[in-house]
Order: sequence, then C-alpha cells, then structure tokens
Amino acid sequence: MKRISVFIGKKLCKLLLLMLVVEVITFALMEASPIDPVTAYVGASTAIGAEQRELIAEKWGLNQPPASRFMSWLSNILKGDWGDSMIYRRPVMDVIRQKFLSSLALMAAAWLLSGILGFFLGVLSGYKEHSIIDRLISGYCHVLISTPAFWLGILFIIVFSVKLHWLPVGLSVPIGVLQSEVSFADKVRHLILPALTLTFTGIASICLHTREKTIEVLRSDYVIYARARGESGRSILHNHVYRNVLPPAVTLQFLSFSELFGGAVFVEQVFSYPGLGYTTVQAGLRSDMPLLMGITVISLIFVFSGNLIADLLYLVIDPRIRERRTE
Amino acid sequence: MKLFRLQKGTRERAIARIVLFLVILTAVMIAGSHIPLDSIYVDLENINHPPGLTHLFGTDWVGRDMLTRTVKGLSLSIWVGIICSLSSTVIAAVFGILGPTLGGKADAVISWLVDLTLSVPHTILIILVSIACGGGFKGIVVGVAATHWTSLTRIIRAEVIRIHTSEYVMISKRFGKSRRFIALHHMVPHVVPQMVVGTILVFPHAILHEASITFLGFGLPPHEPAIGVILSESMKYLTSGQWWLAFFPGVCLICVSIMVSALGKSLEQIMDPVTAYKK
Repeated sequence: MKRISVFIGKKLCKLLLLMLVVEVITFALMEASPIDPVTAYVGASTAIGAEQRELIAEKWGLNQPPASRFMSWLSNILKGDWGDSMIYRRPVMDVIRQKFLSSLALMAAAWLLSGILGFFLGVLSGYKEHSIIDRLISGYCHVLISTPAFWLGILFIIVFSVKLHWLPVGLSVPIGVLQSEVSFADKVRHLILPALTLTFTGIASICLHTREKTIEVLRSDYVIYARARGESGRSILHNHVYRNVLPPAVTLQFLSFSELFGGAVFVEQVFSYPGLGYTTVQAGLRSDMPLLMGITVISLIFVFSGNLIADLLYLVIDPRIRERRTE
Repeated sequence: MKLFRLQKGTRERAIARIVLFLVILTAVMIAGSHIPLDSIYVDLENINHPPGLTHLFGTDWVGRDMLTRTVKGLSLSIWVGIICSLSSTVIAAVFGILGPTLGGKADAVISWLVDLTLSVPHTILIILVSIACGGGFKGIVVGVAATHWTSLTRIIRAEVIRIHTSEYVMISKRFGKSRRFIALHHMVPHVVPQMVVGTILVFPHAILHEASITFLGFGLPPHEPAIGVILSESMKYLTSGQWWLAFFPGVCLICVSIMVSALGKSLEQIMDPVTAYKK
C-alpha cells in the first residue's frame, strides 16, 4: 500500500509540473497569435469605435504586458479563481463544470460501449482468424481507423435523422421546450447518435489490439497443451484467452482518454451538442483566453488520470506484477 | 506457368500494390493542381443536381460540380499531408538520433518533451498552434507537425538505443572503426527504412487531421477548395436531403487515407528481409 501512495505522490508532482508548463505554452501560443482578441470578440461590427475597444481591452486587462498578466492569472489560480470566460461572461470553472458534465455522459457511454464491443469483436475475430467473420471485422476496423469522426457523424445524420427520421439532428434537448419540461427520455434520444458516432470510432483500435493478443495467446504453448489435454474451445476461451487478453485491453482503454476527448470535440461540433468539446471550438474561434486555458488544464487532468488509472490497474490486476511488488 | 507463379508471390503483389497506389495518388495530385480555379464555376441553372451522368458527384447550391471540387480538395490534402509528414519526420529523426547519442540529460529532456506533447489531446494542441499561427495553411502544417512527431521519435529512439548496445556495434568499435563508419554502415541501414515507413504512416493521420481541423473552422480558409471546407459547408444542406455534398468527398478522403496506409504497410513488408517473401 505504501508503495502505491509513493507512486501516486510522484505522479502528482509530475502532474503539477506538466500543468505549469502546459499553461505557459498555451499562454505563449495565444500571445503569439496575430488574431486580436477584441476583434474576435466583437466580430466584424463597425459600430464599436476605437475608444470602446480600448475600454474592452482595459476591462480584460489586455493592455498590460503579457508577463504581468500571466503572473496575475497564475496567482489568482492559486487562490482558486480561474477568471471569467469572455464569451459566456461567467466564471470559467462554472462553464467548464456544466459543459464537462454533459460531455461526460457522452464520453462515458461511448467509452464503455466501444470497450465492450471492441473487446468481444476482437476476441471473436482473433479466435476465428482468417475466417470470413475475421475478415469482415478487421476490414471494418481498418476502414474505421481512416475515417474522420465528424464524417461518420454526418453519415449518421444523413441516414438516421434525415432519411429515416428516427433520431434528432442535433443539440442535447428538443427545440422550443422549457428546461423544466425536458424529460430524461428526450435527453437520451439526443445522446444516442453522438454517442454511437464516438463509439464506432473508438472500437477500431481496441478491437485490432485484442485480435492480435488473442491470436498470440492461441498460438502459445499453454493453449496447445490445453488442446492436447482435450480442453474444449469454450473452456480455452474462459481459462486462457479472457484472462490474458482482458488486462491489456482495459489498460489500453484507459490510455485512450486523449483520443476520446479529441473525438468528442468533433462529434459535439457535428451534432451541436453543448459539451466541453463544442465549447473548446467556440472559445478557440473567439479567442476566449481564460476559458481556453481552463479547458487545456481540464483536458490535461483528464488524460493524466486515464494514464494514472492504467498504471495503477497494472499494479493491481496482474498477479505477476502484484506478487513482485509485495515481496 | 512461371508468370503465374510470379503473380502469386507476396513480394510481387506488394510491389504491384505500391505502384498502383502511387499512380492513383500522383494522378489525383496532378489532376487537382491542373484544374484551373475557374472550372469550379457558379452555374445557377444546375443547382442541387443529384449525382448523375453529367455530374458524377452532383452539384452544390450554386451549381458547382462536386467532382471537380473534391479532386481539387484531395490534391490540396495530399500536399498538406506530404509537407506535414516530412516535417514531423525531420523532427523525429533529429530528436530520436540525438537523444540516445548524447545520452544523459539530453535524452531525458527529449523523453519528457514527448510526454508533454502527449499530455494534452492532439485536437486541442493543434487548435492552439493553429490560433498562434493565425490559422490558414501555415497553422495546419505547423500544428499537425508539432503533434505527430512523437510516435516516430519513440520508434527511432528505441531503434538507435538497440543498435548502440548491440554486439556487432561493440565489435565494430573494438576493431577501431570510426563513429562515421558505424553511423553509415550500422545505423543508417536500420533507421532509414523505419523513417521512410514512419513518414508514410504519419501521412493518413495528417490528412485526416487537416480535414478535421479545417472542418472545425481553424484550418484552411473558407475560400480554399479543401475537403474540410466542403464538408463543413455541406452541414447546412444535410437536413434538406442533399446527402451527396458530404458523402462523396468524405468517401474519397477515406480512400486516399486507406491507400496511403496500405502503401506504407506494403513498403514496410518488402523493405524488411524477414517479411519480404513471407506469406
């Protein structure tokens, strides 16, 4: 147990350093941008004169030198104040909390579904290597790896929303309905297509990995011996394949948080789903620096926790590593 | 009989695949860059034409031929892909070779840089870099190159470390061979094939990211004939049933991406003597 807490402590130090560096880089990149934040905010409107622009710049503290702005931003963070979003005019953390929750529903659904489907398809495909099923599954995965998530989303909209009228085109709630009248079923209906899109793009990598692993296990000496002993196919699957293939697959799924987040940005954009990904794009297009910096940190923590869980799982799940640790 | 056997050989088939895909990709590139911009003209008598014999991919809301726009967009995508994958290979080669060669602190810094780049989702990093460059062609190229060098750096670094500690290099050193000789005769033959294959395998990622980021509105400007622009415009017309605006350009993009990755894999197979003749 002590080893694990030391391990986590080290990781946290690493996280703090990464956060600091990533924030400095984000800030520097935004500073280097030739896009003027005030212009990005007011748009092409000519109704706003030079004086009003100055006022906006002053309100946001844009007229101070970059270094002092960064330091004041950093010291505010240490006090727990992340600043106000320019486009939502609310505290950054409020915006992020709200948007992250709706993204989380989407990402969690897609993550679970793609993990489970990908795993079983991969085992099936590896178990029936060279069969028609295997060719179909791995062919599908190879095509899917080359498919941009947003295009798959567009395809789903064309088929399921426009042609078949089964599911809504976008947004997370029906249009023209009061917030209090939105039922849970409505929310689920709006979640199905984005979640399916994200699931389908996520399946490919986990499925191909599981397939390779399954083939490797089935060619191992212990499986050949088990066959010689007369073990049935089903018991080989239960006793050997699942046990050896599941831990790396679970780890891989936790390591995929980065792609999951990236995929969510595109899927949310296609379906206008008001989650963190959609907000990222809005913040980027309109140069909302405080919000963008907040989102960068959150995405960093999100990816980092995925990696950390994967590392910890390895320590806990795999009996070979667990035994060595406690010796 | 002999010819028949030749056709069945794995190596010959791989070479045939490579040649075929290269020809198709070059044809698309040449066709795309030779289509004059004014051939994508506005033709208000033929707007929203579904796919048919006169317009294979249909026409859009101002009557522009979608096939011409798609080919133009693909050739732009291929250019972006080539520049991005070449520049990320250069970064990967410099870091991957310098790290283990200098060793110690330098190596640790390079490994940390890889971790740093991977700590934030690619999409967010590309968006940030693209904003920093003010968007456009430059933003996309720098953004994609800045995020795609990591995996290849890891591969090259591992390979260089493996060769550095291998027996034949040690023996070579004992025989008094110069560093130049070792680099030329032991490193290059192992590292260069990996770099070539790595460059080609970065390519599909690069063009998919280019289209995706352009789709979000950070990449190529709306007046460019890019696939991302075509697809993001098509979003407005989806609900009125004009599926062909999004369908064909997307399928073509996926085809290009699949062809390039198949090209890379075939090349990997024939470059490695172990797998060159294997079924």
